[in-house]
Amino acid sequence: MFVGFFEDLRSEGIPVSLREFLDFLSAVDADLPAFQVDRLYYLGRTILVKHAQHFDRFDRVFGRRFRNLSTTSAKIRQEIPRDWLEKLGDLVLDAATLAKIKKAGSLNEILQELRKRLAEQEKRHSGGSKWIGTQGTSRFGHGGFNPSGVRIGGPGRHRRAVKVWEERKFRDLDGSRELGTRNFKMALRSLRHFTREGREEEFDLEGTIGATAKNAGFLETRFRPVRKNRIRVLLLLDIGGSMDDHVRLCEELFSAAKSEIEHLEWFYFHNCPYETLWRRNVRGEQDVVATDEVLRTYGQHYRLVIVGDGAMSPFELIHRGGSIEHWNEEPGEVWLSRIWSHFKRGIWLNPIAEEEWPYTASTGMIQGITGRKMFGLTLEGLKAGLKELMAPGP
Amino acid sequence: MSRQFDGSERYIATDDLLVSVNAAIHLERPLLIKGEPGCGKTELAVEVAKSLDLPLVSWHVKSTTKAGQGLYEYDAVARLRDSQLGNPEVNDIGNYIRKGPVWQAFEEPGGCVLLIDEIDKADLEFPNDLLRELDQMEFAVYETGACIKANVRPIVFITSNNEKELPDAFLRRCFFHYIPFPETETMEKIAAVHFPTLDQNLLARSLEVFYGVREIGNLRKRPSTSELLDWLRILGAEANPKALLGDEGDIGHSLPFAGALLKNEQDLDLLNLRQRRSQGRR
Repeated sequence: MFVGFFEDLRSEGIPVSLREFLDFLSAVDADLPAFQVDRLYYLGRTILVKHAQHFDRFDRVFGRRFRNLSTTSAKIRQEIPRDWLEKLGDLVLDAATLAKIKKAGSLNEILQELRKRLAEQEKRHSGGSKWIGTQGTSRFGHGGFNPSGVRIGGPGRHRRAVKVWEERKFRDLDGSRELGTRNFKMALRSLRHFTREGREEEFDLEGTIGATAKNAGFLETRFRPVRKNRIRVLLLLDIGGSMDDHVRLCEELFSAAKSEIEHLEWFYFHNCPYETLWRRNVRGEQDVVATDEVLRTYGQHYRLVIVGDGAMSPFELIHRGGSIEHWNEEPGEVWLSRIWSHFKRGIWLNPIAEEEWPYTASTGMIQGITGRKMFGLTLEGLKAGLKELMAPGP
Repeated sequence: MSRQFDGSERYIATDDLLVSVNAAIHLERPLLIKGEPGCGKTELAVEVAKSLDLPLVSWHVKSTTKAGQGLYEYDAVARLRDSQLGNPEVNDIGNYIRKGPVWQAFEEPGGCVLLIDEIDKADLEFPNDLLRELDQMEFAVYETGACIKANVRPIVFITSNNEKELPDAFLRRCFFHYIPFPETETMEKIAAVHFPTLDQNLLARSLEVFYGVREIGNLRKRPSTSELLDWLRILGAEANPKALLGDEGDIGHSLPFAGALLKNEQDLDLLNLRQRRSQGRR
């Protein structure tokens, strides 16, 4: 029974190795007299899961595997309370459908769509099933229609441990979800490039001992430069419209990391960078900087981070005068590739969900220009992006 | 080994925490504990040691700490100095080896609780350098050739504030527990063990206010258990704390001793802003 559980955990992306699994089995073995499903859950979590961000996945797998161990007689309700339908809206419907519905109309339609879907599910799973479609058709396949553990039938049983994994309290810690401030800061810590350069001002104890030993015991002191983080980052941020929230988040976070980054510079653009950039978020004449000058000032060793949704009319990228704000002599793609090729390492962070990228033509074109170095603005995306940014080599 | 931890008078442990601690004790694995700052990670090791009646050896890790320092340190400079002075102690290299906390823990005859506090503060490679020591509970002293082995495996607690990712090989050897922020019910128990004489109504009211403060969006550092306990201590010293907190509703006006809960200017500003707004509404 546990082997399947182990396989499920692995296929859900929790890095469990055989070693931990054997630990788990021997723990279960030792604990057998007091066998209870909630203890089993806690035991499994403490032994098999090593990251809080995997707790949610563990909860889902555990719920699926061992749901028969728990007892529940909740019945599917006829009418679904409106308030948690609203809550479910963005969880149950996949991003693309949601975007479609949003385009089409109001919240009411979302609710209707949900009702329809839930009704379908109910028919399909009528009879023994306790929850609406644990293996439903929704894209949230594994958990099915059991997101955030709002069980249809209401919050009946009180304070039972079984509740814990159904509540899925640890959703927020899952790395594939959008970034919280703290997670982001953590990820940014990988922006490190330690080197010893410059004046020799630190006493090198080991070097001194070695040199003294070689020197037949007569003291020979050695000094070395202090080890410092020499990372340099150039940040280009898309402002205006829907991007503002994300940009503010990025600004805050990168500036929070500033104490660790030796040089951090940032500029703004709107939709696509052209021959000028802005120094400040509030744009004014005096703050305009020529892109050429930026490229001259900041050498190729700066790591380039562009934050933007990449969603614009293709004209803005490929045509002269395509900019929505001014007449540009050269098209956006020329400028973008000029900037891109100037720096040795660069990434593009996109706050829009990765599944939606294919729907925007300009996003695909940017992917082409940047050599597919676009990453989602989620913890996982950022980590992958920073790994790319910090990769050794030319 | 029939050791079992069931919480203590001063430490309220939830069921899942107890399962983790006891699994770690029985299966002799280090327990890695994470959670918000101030949720009682370090306190746990102290209380486990106390309740099992074992000595506690703590090793507080700093950003400059090297793994080797936990085992022992060879004071080369002292020996060098002594050799230049012709001190006879120089002949025994053992005189210049200082035991670290891990060594001390291994030497405890009846076993002990070893706390490696804030392991994430150290260099990224730090945990990797401790793999064998924590696995086999033995290490070699290079300078003297001695092999130091633990008679009784210590119970190891490792805390981390999540500032750095820990290496997989290290994680695989540990059990892991994440201490979530306590729910009101647990929190009431925690407060009650620390302040047994505190009035029930006052406690309920102050918890309400406290969770209200935690709900304020965009706080840089949300107050946690240890801040709450400090705050209750100050409140308890007041002549009439109930009057300060009011009877019900939002904290809106004048949170007393806000400095005990909120630790930076921006957070206090945010609170002031809310107060001004709620006063405007009146």
